[in-house]
Amino acid sequence: MKRDWAPYAVLPVLVLIALPAMGVTNWLVLTVAGLAMGAMLFLMAAGLTLIFGLMDVLNFAHGAFITLGAYVAVSVVAPLAGWAMADSWVMNLAVFAVAIVIASIVSGAVGWGFERVIVRGVYGAPLQQILVTMGGLIVAQQLFIVLWGADAIPLLKPTAFGGSIVVHGAAIEKYRLIALALGLAVFVALHLLLSRTRVGLLVRAGVENREMVEALGYRVRRLFVGVFVVGTALAGIGGVTWAFYQELVTAQLGGDMTILVFIILIIGGLGSVGGSLVGAMLVGLTTNYVGFLAPTVSLGSNILLMVLILLWRPRGLFPVAHG
Amino acid sequence: MSDELLALHGIETRIGRYHILHGVDFAAQRGRVTMLLGRNGAGKTTTLRTVMGLWRASAGRIMFDGRDIAGLGTPDIARLGIAYVPETMGIFSQLTVRENLLLATGREGLTDERLDRLFSLFPALKERFAVPAGVLSGGQKQMLAIGRAVIEPRRLLVVDEPTKGLAPAVIQVLIDAFRRLKQSETTILLVEQNFHMAVSVGDDVAVMDDGRIVHTGSMADLAADDALQHRLLGFSLAVHQ
Ligand SMILES: Nc1ncnc2c1ncn2[C@@H]1O[C@H](COP(=O)(O)OP(=O)(O)OP(=O)(O)O)[C@@H](O)[C@H]1O
Ligand SMILES: [Mg+2]
Repeated sequence: MKRDWAPYAVLPVLVLIALPAMGVTNWLVLTVAGLAMGAMLFLMAAGLTLIFGLMDVLNFAHGAFITLGAYVAVSVVAPLAGWAMADSWVMNLAVFAVAIVIASIVSGAVGWGFERVIVRGVYGAPLQQILVTMGGLIVAQQLFIVLWGADAIPLLKPTAFGGSIVVHGAAIEKYRLIALALGLAVFVALHLLLSRTRVGLLVRAGVENREMVEALGYRVRRLFVGVFVVGTALAGIGGVTWAFYQELVTAQLGGDMTILVFIILIIGGLGSVGGSLVGAMLVGLTTNYVGFLAPTVSLGSNILLMVLILLWRPRGLFPVAHG
Repeated sequence: MSDELLALHGIETRIGRYHILHGVDFAAQRGRVTMLLGRNGAGKTTTLRTVMGLWRASAGRIMFDGRDIAGLGTPDIARLGIAYVPETMGIFSQLTVRENLLLATGREGLTDERLDRLFSLFPALKERFAVPAGVLSGGQKQMLAIGRAVIEPRRLLVVDEPTKGLAPAVIQVLIDAFRRLKQSETTILLVEQNFHMAVSVGDDVAVMDDGRIVHTGSMADLAADDALQHRLLGFSLAVHQ
């Protein structure tokens, strides 16, 4: 088994072939936009890929945790509007950080309850998982409307996060750079957790061979609860960053992302966190490049991307071996 | 009786709609190596998986050190001190050799003493310590799987066909390793089709056919009786290597 480098080349190749098609300035703007979108999608996808990888649980309600994070941000930011609008990047950053921390706590806590009450009953029954978690998503969307109303709620970026910086004639939105940095930071943290700690090693081992981890004396279900909580907390963070990016929150915010998130998992290889990062970046870039070059085929382009990758690598770019 | 560390009484196992084990009875004596033999499809792997709680017995008792473990979950069974090496080895290919071993240890972790003992059993693992286990050869993977099972002292070692598909030189390494494990008084339950392995390490045998035990006795008696081997296994051990 030799290390397979080809999947690592896909991302740089896509970025390079886009360049001659659009000129340097557009390319710079769209590449940063694509990577930033990818970083936010990664936050939404990373937890889901581990949730599936470890227990084969298909959680179609994952999008609800994205939406939940966004609404929590709305509620957290409202009383802190003074800070958000203040001419002080420290206060601006504080609002953003508080929104992210509280949203992740709320999403993770609700995730914990959802795992105990709903998911636990349908382990090993994929059809029921689909029905029950889809139902959960629909119920959640109604609950959001009850709690936060049916109208879209604006969520303005803190002052210092707005605006652009100009590089090479290209106006790059600051917020995109912030989202990109956050996504990469979370990736590094997750990577360290999964490679340097015993719990992390157990998660990776469990994704590959759950039975063997149990035969070594570990309770994988307990581990899974932890993964579910972290995964839903990350979805909440993804929801906050996406909401600030869109500056608008609706009850469908997370549900609308679900298709993209599943495309990302399939492209990256189910169960692979690194794969979900690459998959998210590919989807983000494709969305932006195609949106510029051929706006009418935008969503279709991601499905085409998935089909092309699956034709080349039927189990995704970074498949997890199952022993 | 008190010498039985593990004893199966009337174990029946169903996998989905299939009734695979029809009342399995045998015991593994403390400090001895019990060989579980039988033709392909006889139910050996299913028996070991049932002991480990990976399949649930629908009837019967599995007594481990005087306690019925048939209803326990796999992690609880493992924590009683039972190590399992599955037919597929169960190596975590993305983790390094060191990480694979580490996960099999408790609080003490990988002490130098433990590693020295491991490397003296399987020197090949020493230079591959830091590489992802997925890049190991088949033989090295099996050494890692067995090494992982014995890195901490265990009360019972359950091993499923360790020599399957391996070259004779590697098989010899495994035979030597099991001989040394025997000296440490570890109780071992071993499924094996390889003649050399069976006669060199086995003390007792239990032979399965079609989901039942059809013979129990000493390894020496079976090894000496060609006709019995033919009747029980459908071939002679000496020929089938
Ligand atoms: N997951 C399963 N689903 C259905 N039937 C199974 C399953 N696993 C095993 N069996 C059946 O149970 C019977 C016993 O299989 P088992 O693997 O225990 O045999 P074995 O003695 O270990 O054979 P081998 O020497 O080939 O490893 C076989 O008929 C097999 O086809
Ligand atoms: Mg078998």
